[in-house]
Amino acid sequence: MALIACEDVSFAYDEGVVVSNLNFAVEPGDYLCVVGENGTGKTTLMKGLLRLKQPRGGRIRFGEGLGPGQIGYLPQQMAAPQDFPASVWEVALSGRRSARGLRPFYTRQDVRAAEEALRRMGVLDFKRRCYRELSAGQRQRVLLCRALCAAGRLLLLDEPASGLDPLAAQDFYRLVKELNREAGLTVVMISHDVKAAVGSASHILHLAHQQLFFGKTEDYLNTDAAHKLLGGASC
Amino acid sequence: MLNLLLEMLSYPFLVRAMAVGLLVSLCASLLGVSMVLKRYSMIGDGLSHVGFGALATASALGLAPLSVSIPVVVVAAFLLLRISENSGIKGDAAIAVISTGALAVGVITVSLTTGLNADVHNYLFGSILAMSGADAVLSLALSGAVLALYLLFYNSIFAVTFDEGFARATGAPAGLYNMVIALLTAITIVLGMRMMGALLISSLIIFPALSAMRLCRTFRSVVWCSAGVSVACFLAGIMLSYRFSLPTGASIVAVNIAVLLMFSFIGRLRGRTAKA
Repeated sequence: MALIACEDVSFAYDEGVVVSNLNFAVEPGDYLCVVGENGTGKTTLMKGLLRLKQPRGGRIRFGEGLGPGQIGYLPQQMAAPQDFPASVWEVALSGRRSARGLRPFYTRQDVRAAEEALRRMGVLDFKRRCYRELSAGQRQRVLLCRALCAAGRLLLLDEPASGLDPLAAQDFYRLVKELNREAGLTVVMISHDVKAAVGSASHILHLAHQQLFFGKTEDYLNTDAAHKLLGGASC
Repeated sequence: MLNLLLEMLSYPFLVRAMAVGLLVSLCASLLGVSMVLKRYSMIGDGLSHVGFGALATASALGLAPLSVSIPVVVVAAFLLLRISENSGIKGDAAIAVISTGALAVGVITVSLTTGLNADVHNYLFGSILAMSGADAVLSLALSGAVLALYLLFYNSIFAVTFDEGFARATGAPAGLYNMVIALLTAITIVLGMRMMGALLISSLIIFPALSAMRLCRTFRSVVWCSAGVSVACFLAGIMLSYRFSLPTGASIVAVNIAVLLMFSFIGRLRGRTAKA
């Protein structure tokens, strides 16, 4: 059974419909990249998947047991102010918060999960460092750790590499790919970096206020939409 | 200095004031970290003005001041929180409207009933004599409850302060946590208001957190440091005020200013050596 299935889904704000006719499914283990120009409904779709926004029409079905506590999320822009005092450890551990439900304190299990995430992302040495003093690439890794701590099965990433320099971005995409391949996490990522997207994703969803394409990455490369976005560059 | 402290402790009214003051300072400094980081400092200030209105009206009508003003301020806190979350209305303007509005209502009630007298002066700038025995018991119980709730919600408060979007996205009841912060802040403000005064109470929330953030780099250490600073400043302030017959609230704020300046200076020095 699909982890997420969208049937004729549309989203609208007061100003009107942002995106409509969404029909796609994410299977366990998929790596779906959502591409498209700015303002074509990518982030709105993400909010829908996070159940922060109700669809105007259609239905989003979630696979069995995929509650909000099973989803890890990496936001587009870090909402916390630049001067926020927090250690890497505090940030990563806070990913476990939602899974704890009403229990107020973290258990040894939470601590172990956070340590494991930090080790996997190669930032365990920074555990005691102050989050705001890290480089943009390191910070993004820490946020990925937090998302991992929250993610049982599904990782949602919203433009995770914006604001990173090309090298750090590459590095970041590699980490996500590893998580998908080795840890078997399902990944849904929004990106305007189409080249990077086709380089690592198994499926592509191309949005332009409606669904231009959904399918395997290999098939996507042969479409007109892909040629236009890729600017004729061969991959 | 110890003699001074012992001398102060021989007055029952001062013991009451110090016990309540210490606990309230502690609550204020803990909540202050979240309020400052969430950019809610002005909400604290607005709430104290609402508290003044409620306190003035309650005592004009001959009602128990604490039990009337706490619910009023709690409601105001929820309202202000709603408003600042709603991007449609400018949050800072709404806070100014509510706080000056409440101030005006308070002043009118007072001048219609007792006239602008020493009582009003005490509401605005605080008085150490305001605390009766029954008030002190209620205040101690409530601030104990605030501390306990803060501890229970500590991890959630961190999550919702650091990144509310993430907390919401992963299914945490962020709205509930915000309301807990608002509720605790409202109670703390009303409890501290009569000693510190409506015009000065928000300093108890803002100053210690700001000072701590000059030096500390993790959330937990900021919270601890803020608590320490707040308690120390309260003790120093109340002793100053006793020794030199100064207004208590203002003395505590003055000590807080000195600490903030000192911590900023040390923070700067540290920053410079770290970069060099």
